Amino acid sequence: MNLLTALLAALRALGTNWLRSMLTMLGIIIGVAAVITMIAIGGGAQARVEEQMKSLGTNIMLVLPGAQTTGGVRLGAQTGQTLTEEDARAIAAEVPEVQAAAPSLRTGAQVVAANANWSTSVMGTTPEYLEVRDWPLAAGRSFDAAEMAGSGKVVVIGQTVAQQLFGDADPIDQVIRVRKAPLQVIGMLERKGQNSMGQDQDDVIVVPLSTFRNRVQGMSAGRIKRVGAISVKIREGQSMTDAGEKMRELLRQRHRLQSGADDDFSIRNLTEMLQAQEESSRVMALLLAAVAGVSLVVGGIGIMNIMLVSVTERTREIGLRMAVGARSRDILGQFLIEAVTMSLVGGAIGIVLGMAATWAIGSLAGWQVLLSAESILLAVGFSAAVGVFFGFYPARRAAALLPIQALRHE
Amino acid sequence: MALIEARSLVKTYRMGDQVVHALNDVSLDIGEGEFVAIMGASGSGKSTLMNILGCLDRPSAGTLRLAGEEVEGLDGDALASIRNRRIGFVFQQFNLLPRTSAADNVELPMVYAGVKPAERRTRALAALQRVGLGDRAMHTPAELSGGQQQRVAIARALVNQPRLILADEPTGALDTQTSEDIMRLLAELNAQGMTIVMVTHEADIAMWARRRIVFRDGRIVEDRPQPPRMAAVAEAA
Repeated sequence: MNLLTALLAALRALGTNWLRSMLTMLGIIIGVAAVITMIAIGGGAQARVEEQMKSLGTNIMLVLPGAQTTGGVRLGAQTGQTLTEEDARAIAAEVPEVQAAAPSLRTGAQVVAANANWSTSVMGTTPEYLEVRDWPLAAGRSFDAAEMAGSGKVVVIGQTVAQQLFGDADPIDQVIRVRKAPLQVIGMLERKGQNSMGQDQDDVIVVPLSTFRNRVQGMSAGRIKRVGAISVKIREGQSMTDAGEKMRELLRQRHRLQSGADDDFSIRNLTEMLQAQEESSRVMALLLAAVAGVSLVVGGIGIMNIMLVSVTERTREIGLRMAVGARSRDILGQFLIEAVTMSLVGGAIGIVLGMAATWAIGSLAGWQVLLSAESILLAVGFSAAVGVFFGFYPARRAAALLPIQALRHE
Repeated sequence: MALIEARSLVKTYRMGDQVVHALNDVSLDIGEGEFVAIMGASGSGKSTLMNILGCLDRPSAGTLRLAGEEVEGLDGDALASIRNRRIGFVFQQFNLLPRTSAADNVELPMVYAGVKPAERRTRALAALQRVGLGDRAMHTPAELSGGQQQRVAIARALVNQPRLILADEPTGALDTQTSEDIMRLLAELNAQGMTIVMVTHEADIAMWARRRIVFRDGRIVEDRPQPPRMAAVAEAA
């Protein structure tokens, strides 16, 4: 009995009871669709975290000012003004693991260009900041030394700001007003996308630190060297933990902290945070796939159940087939092929359904999804395996029947 | 050499504490081209003998040779092969596959014999032609009368060109007129050289055979040749 004949016979047998076959396949259909959709959702979440890691830049640490204590009352984190530009320079110079360190200040401001205006975030920093963040320029140039030293009236703008102020026009050499200061646009940043909190990282303008102090914020002279944060890039292959420890030692020394005193700053390993997030999203994806896999197994049990019923119902047919010359393995093959056909047809429908569901979730709910060929292959392989595994026992039972008992079965 | 050589066949069943001798030391030779009717009351052992002759069941003791081939000790696959090549079965309840065309039903033994699909179809149509159903090949059993269904079953029995047809109450589910048609068909096949062994409990059906064996309590109590009714019919015509 060749495979094609067997397959046609199986399809015909399933077709004679098509409603029952459909209901039985439903378990596999839902299982396969669930596996594909869940893997796509999990994969999407993972891809998103990976994108965020890429947009953050690699091996980044962030030094933030610590809590201020006023008369014994400890205020919240980052209320202190303990970090200075010199701290950043010292970190870059004295910690060998550090590739670059960029001090920065940040504020919100209304920016105006001709008749368009936009509220955005203004960042005062050094050109190293773009190196730390792996953030290249899409057009134009960064600040030069003279502009850094002399509060140059220049600005580098993010993609979102460019879009809001100038539309599709070229923003380079245009002049924008930030608060009262007119600044010339000398560069435009590449698109970075959302960060891990869902904020638009392209909604920003960058000015030299001195420009920020003197033209945007107008800070008092006493606080002239204070900065809001220092972004640090660690060299490739160096230990982030070691670097963090050396930075801490250095800052404690520079801030003249007693050995028992708390740090007046905090060091965060952003890459590590995102790695933890990536790990958790991977576990999530695995869990989703596992739950979906359970429904496949349940579908398989449905197939086994129906195949057992079918063997009982068709005992006389089995007896007749044996009487006209079917060997045990012919009967085994026949019922096995029926079970596998059922699970594979179910699997095929499930794939279509899963792809549709993935597409629907991606476009309606706006989630990031990633449909992979591997997940489809996995689903097909799994459903075939389910068919063989759960079809084998009923098929064995059919094949083990004695011809005379099968023929006499009422 | 006889087509069937049965020696001291014994078949016992255990029913609770009781041991039932369905066959009790039965020896029998059936030659090529014979038409044998096996008669007896129900429980006399005639169906048990049929099942053993058809390699559907194994004797508890005794030996059976089919066309010189020792059946004793063969495994299930070998027995399946013997059934496939040497024996055609005709059952009381026809045993056709439902929702399956007459031609596909007739093809079934060839499927297991490994015949190619195109040849299967040709041979199935020829067999249906031979039983007078050439124009019904695509009908399913539900669309055929009882007599037509039994003809399909006979075509199925013939299609692998066996040397022996075993018919178990072939007319048991048919009315008198249809029974006569089926018996005439079997008699014709016998006249063409086919060996037929038929179980029946109806005396006028047994009249069609040329040898009559009567069973009682698992033993042969009568075994004699008889003038076949076919001859009588032919003479009358």
